[in-house]
Amino acid sequence: MSMKVSTRQVDGVTILDLSGRITLGEGSVTLRDAVRDVLAKGSRKILLNLGDISYIDSSGIGEMVSAFTSVKNAGGELKLLNLTKKVHDLLQITKLYTVFDIKDDEASAIGAFA
Amino acid sequence: MTLPVISKQTAIIATALPRPRWPPSKVTRLPDSTTSRVSLTLASSLESVNTVEKTAEEFAARAGFDEDTVPNIVMAVREAAINAVLHGNAYDPTKHFTASFEANSDALVIRFADQAPGFDPSSLPDPLAPENILRGSGRGIFLIRAFMDEVHFRQLHPGTELTLIKHRAPAQPAA
Repeated sequence: MSMKVSTRQVDGVTILDLSGRITLGEGSVTLRDAVRDVLAKGSRKILLNLGDISYIDSSGIGEMVSAFTSVKNAGGELKLLNLTKKVHDLLQITKLYTVFDIKDDEASAIGAFA
Repeated sequence: MTLPVISKQTAIIATALPRPRWPPSKVTRLPDSTTSRVSLTLASSLESVNTVEKTAEEFAARAGFDEDTVPNIVMAVREAAINAVLHGNAYDPTKHFTASFEANSDALVIRFADQAPGFDPSSLPDPLAPENILRGSGRGIFLIRAFMDEVHFRQLHPGTELTLIKHRAPAQPAA
């Protein structure tokens, strides 16, 4: 299953609704391109909705970290929403849980942007 | 999953012959009343990584590992396959890698062998170190070690063999 992305705007925040798998190859490239695209269009508040992401491998984690860094370097913020238990556990194991700002509901996530 | 079956002996002989590009996955199932085994010989491609991942999921479930453990085994196997294909054989279509699965009463043992130059796992940077935490790569071996009970590297000269072992949960003592 490849990864699919849809984009929407809510209160100045660009939300990327992701579904499928963020894995080496097509999935991680799709994420990279999607974040790059919204940054190029001027978005600086980016929320990755991972509620429909069924699987992430180490490449997918790496791509999420790269996205976080790219957005930060561009002067913006990237936050995560709706982690499944598996993704939550992965971010804890890799100590990335404290790096990302992670929210469980969309309204809180949107309100958390500066 | 249906794949053509060849004899293990044929696979060993074929390994010694010079080069053609390796054919797609071949599966060998060895009859054994107490041990279940599957052996794959694969091209260095992402498709092969997906094949190994699926095989791991089916094999681990059939071997009796529970629904919480199987995904962890699958993740470790996928990372090991990626290691062989990407970091080991560098997607070289003239190089293959092998993956074998064996389940017995004690454990699930999965072995990977690639054709890469020597690899020193002790030289890998710690992905949890503060200076590495925001790196975009370097977490594969770490995740393998997190999800498997034993991880062993052996140099094959050429190539590297990676062995992953997941022990079966001990039986609970009677109350």
